[in-house]
Amino acid sequence: MTTASDLSRVAAIIGVDESDEMGHVPHKSSMQHHAEAADNALRDAGLTLDDVDALFCAGVGTVSVAEYLGIVPKYTDTTSIGGSSFLAHVEHAMVAINAGLIDVALITHGEAGRSTRARAGRDATAAGSQFEAPYGMIGAPVAYAMACSRYMHMYGADRVRQGMADVSIATRKWALQNPKSFVNHPTWIGPADVGYEDYHESRWIAWPFHIMDCCLVTDGGGACVVVSADVARNAKKNPAWILGSAEGHDHQIISQMPDLTRTIAYQTGPRALEMAGVTHDDIDLAMIYDSFTYTVLTTLESLGFCGPGEAPDFVANLRTGPGGDFPMNTSGGGLSYAHTGMYGMFLLIEATRQLRGESGDRQVEDCNLSLVHGTGGELSSTATLVLSNS
Amino acid sequence: MTTQPPAGPPRILPTPTQENDFYWEKCNEHELWLRSCNTCDQRYFYPRDLCPTCHSRDTTWVQASGRGEVYAYAVVHRPPAPAFAEEVPFITALIKLEEGPILPTRIVGVEPVPDAVSIGMTGQIEFEDASETISLPVFRPG
Repeated sequence: MTTASDLSRVAAIIGVDESDEMGHVPHKSSMQHHAEAADNALRDAGLTLDDVDALFCAGVGTVSVAEYLGIVPKYTDTTSIGGSSFLAHVEHAMVAINAGLIDVALITHGEAGRSTRARAGRDATAAGSQFEAPYGMIGAPVAYAMACSRYMHMYGADRVRQGMADVSIATRKWALQNPKSFVNHPTWIGPADVGYEDYHESRWIAWPFHIMDCCLVTDGGGACVVVSADVARNAKKNPAWILGSAEGHDHQIISQMPDLTRTIAYQTGPRALEMAGVTHDDIDLAMIYDSFTYTVLTTLESLGFCGPGEAPDFVANLRTGPGGDFPMNTSGGGLSYAHTGMYGMFLLIEATRQLRGESGDRQVEDCNLSLVHGTGGELSSTATLVLSNS
Repeated sequence: MTTQPPAGPPRILPTPTQENDFYWEKCNEHELWLRSCNTCDQRYFYPRDLCPTCHSRDTTWVQASGRGEVYAYAVVHRPPAPAFAEEVPFITALIKLEEGPILPTRIVGVEPVPDAVSIGMTGQIEFEDASETISLPVFRPG
């Protein structure tokens, strides 16, 4: 029987890119972002749409995207588990490659999150519509804010608040070094470089969240090309080898979450690391989904980088920012670079660039191993990858 | 006790299904009922035919006391949908009921500020008549 570790290095990421324009792009649809990103990522991989034999999308179905692109995939997967979907797609692509069904998988994402505020219609009979929406529990900020209140109660409101501020500001400092960050976009309103005072004075969205605890809402797209080891060995750029992967979910709506202070990362993190045969100390770069500052704190603990309640100390003194000894979310994250709605694709893009040494001013020195972790829904789903440049 | 619904734009109200219309009928009578598993003896929420703990289909309904305590909360400032534009700020909460399950709801009867509520604060479920057929359970500390 095949075990997870047998899947290590059977596949690699050889192409990544964003769509042409990111941030505020009112003149383009979600589908245009899909298509531009797909074309750009395949060019980065040295391949074309004619080489693609599998398509993976979330939210919008692969049937729509394949038709628009004019491709006929022989393997298709619209797993939609929120912002972590694209990391789960990488695992699914790896499995299909290992089974010998495909060689070249294309994963695409496009979302005019800022310019098309209309959300998909809600199912009126779904549990969230029945039991949460009537009270105004709609959307991520309210759900995550309630979870954060519980964490503050357990571990001390003041020190948790300080940890949230550290995550917010450290991530912004990375974003200033990324030309594609929304905070560097001409339409960005307000200060780009910010300090603790700006954080504490920023307006409330849903207490305990200031606006600086919340991710951006931007337009954009991204794509990622996953290929078999044979294809990867002949790639034009150094592959990001998939050493470990794991996915999971333990609820959908926030009132069903088994423990508001721990995500299912407590399972996917250790599984992905074990499959990769590495430990937390081996990781050079952490790419951790930052829908909210609290998402990062609970995720670092759930993954096992620190113990329960220890994350505020773990991130203290801007340790995750430029010059710190735990580089995290070097793109500027969902908090300050881009967040289209399902941000996970952008974690893959930055991790691959860092592993190739392509991240310019923000390049992490000797970056050889990255843990990439997505969180989707209302802290509902997670997917963890361990990527290596050798 | 009945809480008056706030004036303003159309509310977002539940659409009862075959599986939970008993729950909403009882809410309309200002009673809170929970599903209960005959196999593992757990009360659970939200109402569904399959016990989420032991996966038994041998389940029934029981009336809850309506007593509970604040498990988590948020003070919502930015309207999460246009229907709530005139209601903000308000406090959403997860209430741990005496019988065990977590109930998502609103906290009423306090100022919508963080210090007006604390986790562990006890109180009672009451009902807000939102329409002729729908009454929403809400939580009043005390």
